[in-house]
Amino acid sequence: MWSYFANPHKFLRLSDWLAPTFYAVGTLCIAYGLWQGLWVVPKDEYQGGDIMRVMFIHVPAAWLAMASYSALAVASFIWFVWRHELADIAAKSIAPLGAVWTAICLATGSIWGKPTWGTWWQWNDARMMSVLFLFFLFLGYMALRASMDTRQKAARAGAILAMVGAINVPLIKFSVDMVESIHQGASVITADGPKMAAVYLTPLLVSAIGHSLFFGGLVMTSMRTEIRERRIARLRAASLEGA
Amino acid sequence: MSGAPLLAAFRQSLGEAWAGGAGALLPLGFLGGTAVLVPLGIGTDAATLKAVGPVIIWFALALESLVTLERIFQADAEDGTLDLWLQAGAPVSALAAAKTLAHWLSAGLPLALFSPVLALMFQAEASPALLVNAGLYALGSLAFFFWGGVGAALSATVRRGGLLISLIALPLYVPTAVFGALAMSGGPGSTGAPMFLAASTLFACAVAPYAMSAALRLAAD
Repeated sequence: MWSYFANPHKFLRLSDWLAPTFYAVGTLCIAYGLWQGLWVVPKDEYQGGDIMRVMFIHVPAAWLAMASYSALAVASFIWFVWRHELADIAAKSIAPLGAVWTAICLATGSIWGKPTWGTWWQWNDARMMSVLFLFFLFLGYMALRASMDTRQKAARAGAILAMVGAINVPLIKFSVDMVESIHQGASVITADGPKMAAVYLTPLLVSAIGHSLFFGGLVMTSMRTEIRERRIARLRAASLEGA
Repeated sequence: MSGAPLLAAFRQSLGEAWAGGAGALLPLGFLGGTAVLVPLGIGTDAATLKAVGPVIIWFALALESLVTLERIFQADAEDGTLDLWLQAGAPVSALAAAKTLAHWLSAGLPLALFSPVLALMFQAEASPALLVNAGLYALGSLAFFFWGGVGAALSATVRRGGLLISLIALPLYVPTAVFGALAMSGGPGSTGAPMFLAASTLFACAVAPYAMSAALRLAAD
């Protein structure tokens, strides 16, 4: 299965129509989520009144922050074991986008936190700290790749770091969990099913799907750019040899 | 595979660290210099200093590991030692662990042993608990050196890799810093924290050598 997806030509053909579809459906979903969130759903006084409407960006961003680091680690692992070039291209493309969504999560969380908890930032809060360290892991990954002098070295160093980071994430999460949290507990994915009212849950899930699709579309576009850049570099090297 | 290259690498690292007569005094000077800045910065209130003292020492240990680890593998990658190890089929993970251990012995452990003196300067009560804390500093700093070693191995071929090592390694320092500070806080959860500290250090010792080995093979290419 990997070798089917590892073929850049097949990927280019597939993403040629899949990326625009993701953009279109993703934009529609995000627009629906925002419209519902900003104008339709009733505000929840317990969650800070109108400010809770930021949830329709904050929660999808938090999910994507975690999902994108997992994707980065999986892509790195696939590259490290099977050396499929496309997996490295995917990892390279995911990192900056993942960092952006992590930053969105931190920023919106801060904006939501100020009126509800009375603080922009709480140092002993486990969830905030975990996401912040996730952000640093993304930054470290990008900085390491950027400092390597060849593409192959960047891929190898990046893959090692992403895997070391991934096995440390549970430990980091567990350690910061030892200090008590003011952040509310999980209310969507719990053992007893969602605890959230359907009027909030449906737009939230639609918004999350929208963010994921849009993210996927951006990753594909970035990968297409990278594939072409590598091809240009190859052609240029070949023409220099010929001259 | 005999242990000869392992022992040689260990002794060479240790020898380098102690050469020039300064030895452990240099890291101690760093620790003292870092710690002295704190009361100048946050004021000399005894209660405040007592509260932040243990954490300042953790902080200084973390910084110290980052500063000393910058060159740990760089010289080996530059002068060909690394290539010789690989050619000889030496176990690179064990070699990296030995070098890291030597660095910890010359830069991490002396600081941990010296920590009661600093703790007293930070207004801690003179009690046997300070010696227990010294043990915790020794344990935790071992994890700092191993994770820092991963950062150092990854950036062995990067010129001026110091800042890069910090950015890579600091998120990995989090569990140790959290458990270490918690163990000394005396608050709820502080009784179990030394166990978690030991567990996260063991985890670092188990995982980091393999990551260092993979990174050093990359540096030799």
